[in-house]
Amino acid sequence: MAADTPGTAGAIAVRVLRAPALHSVVAAVLVGALFLVGTGADPIGAYGSVVSGALGPDGIGSTLTTGTGIIGLAVALAIPMRAGLLNLGGDGQLVLGGIAAAATGLYSPLPAPLTVVAALLAGMAAGAAYAALAAVCQNRFGVPLLVSSLLLGYPAMSFASYLARFPLKEDGSSLPQTRRLPDGVELPAFGSSTVTVGLLLVAVAAAVFMFADARTATGYEIRMTGLNPRFAAYAGVDRPRLTLRLMALSGAVAGLVGAIGVLSFPYRFIDGSLTAAGHTWTGLTAALLAAAAPVGTVLAALFFAALEVGGLAMERTTEVPRELTQVLQAVVIVFLAARLNLTWRRAGKKSADAPEPTETKEVSVR
Amino acid sequence: MSIDSALFHSALLALTPILLAALGGAVCERAGVFNIGLEGMMLIGCFSGVAGSWFTGSAWLGVVFAALASAAYSMVLAVGTISLRGDAVVLGVALNLLAVGLTGFLLRTVFGVQGTFSDPDLAGLDGIDIPFAGAVLSGHSALVYLSWAAVAVAGVFLARHPWGLRLRGVGEAPDAAATLGVSPAKYQYAAVLTSGVLCGLAGAQLALGNVTLFSENMTAGRGWIAVVAVMLGRALPLGVLLAGLLFGIAEAVGFRLQGLGMPQQATDAAPYVVTLAALFLSTARRRRRKQPLVGASS
Repeated sequence: MAADTPGTAGAIAVRVLRAPALHSVVAAVLVGALFLVGTGADPIGAYGSVVSGALGPDGIGSTLTTGTGIIGLAVALAIPMRAGLLNLGGDGQLVLGGIAAAATGLYSPLPAPLTVVAALLAGMAAGAAYAALAAVCQNRFGVPLLVSSLLLGYPAMSFASYLARFPLKEDGSSLPQTRRLPDGVELPAFGSSTVTVGLLLVAVAAAVFMFADARTATGYEIRMTGLNPRFAAYAGVDRPRLTLRLMALSGAVAGLVGAIGVLSFPYRFIDGSLTAAGHTWTGLTAALLAAAAPVGTVLAALFFAALEVGGLAMERTTEVPRELTQVLQAVVIVFLAARLNLTWRRAGKKSADAPEPTETKEVSVR
Repeated sequence: MSIDSALFHSALLALTPILLAALGGAVCERAGVFNIGLEGMMLIGCFSGVAGSWFTGSAWLGVVFAALASAAYSMVLAVGTISLRGDAVVLGVALNLLAVGLTGFLLRTVFGVQGTFSDPDLAGLDGIDIPFAGAVLSGHSALVYLSWAAVAVAGVFLARHPWGLRLRGVGEAPDAAATLGVSPAKYQYAAVLTSGVLCGLAGAQLALGNVTLFSENMTAGRGWIAVVAVMLGRALPLGVLLAGLLFGIAEAVGFRLQGLGMPQQATDAAPYVVTLAALFLSTARRRRRKQPLVGASS
């Protein structure tokens, strides 16, 4: 990705224009326009309302609020992806983080500000422990991470749903939700907006990821593992240990996002509300788009957040269903998956010992 | 809880969509294409089955429509991975995501509803009464019986038919197959297309056989269970059938326990937990024997 190495402004511009990610986005926008024409809508008007709805004075706060969740999960899923590990259990880790934060917030005897900190930590711990479980499944039992993380997600969501409907349920309410958190147990918002300190927490997580990726030995180890697992193993990278640590980190960030969700409006855990927006898959898409490069992941996540919020505006003004934005996201990745490997294949042809196509599968399934 | 024929009847209902999709996945796996887009292909099958049935008034035309639409959809994976050498995992994830968006979008634009489309006039697949077959085996839609036949056909095809042998050769040693004049791409395209058709049938059974409606994301992880069934069954048709049956029984037992007062959340999770546990056991055993797990390279 263009963000990896520094260069002059001109060189960067050339790299950005050549980036497969940009081409995929342009291609997806064109496919979206075809859809709009197909349903009898005006593509320019529809896209215009997406942009004004997402970035206009009314939309920007909403974009940043949605962005908190998407950036958070994008960073969470990019961390293991950098080493070629796919964590598909983000929803489960997110929800467990949320319910752990809700339980801590409701029952902690500490004063309110400390309770907020405790709830955030509890959310991170719950997410981390659960994601680490998926890593253990791979390391100890040989169940591929892709499958173990994904399958573990469903019982986690059922468990949180059970807690919200029975032991932690608000008395007398007909909704599957916990009580409202006590006064003061909440993340402060900026002014009268819906943007909370949660955005800063996610930004810190992203900044730490950027720094670790670019400047630390561990970051180098991770990238090397992602690029060539066999070479990394030869160079002494303890793969199971790395998998465990990266998954725990990934789960911690996903759990943090869940905790932020509970500590923001409406200040309680509502069954299904954390996963309803589908931020996990959007975050995964953003991380894939940027090939898990830290800066690119955050930019892609912001782009998708804008697309999502703009999609709502488009639905209001032009009656085009907002699901179109979800189609756009997926089309970006479809184009990218093909484009990416066109360049790989070209690179492969140059050298005699070109990696056979099955190699790419090996890298990403683990 | 009593174990009776109704329990096994519903287990077979739960099995069918997974079995059809997993057979498709197994054929792909044998041809050397890792297909995790089963979930998305199935969802496309659900929607196009319902749309086809609604607009033609015939459930069977809906089934045909589902198979064709899902096959067309699977071509994205085929072109992406076989011709363009794209990453199968990334493409599969994208296809699953695209299917959710696409069916949601079309649900709004074609039917003008959000969430669920159901109508008393929507034609579903009728159950076929088979004399002397008993309450468990009789009364299912024709697709259920077709899925059992498909297991047998796939088994014989892969084990005996020259094309099946070539397909396995392509999956195991593409270069050697190419040297012998067998085009790997041709067989891989055929395999992905087959999985598309089977996933379309799986979706049609889910949306027109098990229930008669379409709701957003109604596959709810069944395509992923099918991926696991391919691994568990080591991409063998009979193995896939047994793995799918395990899930079907878990779902049916869970549903029954719910009727007896178990919280729905516990029983909802049961099939996934059972599948994961089965995966543990089989990989642990295979590890001792040092056999690789299908679809996994670790």
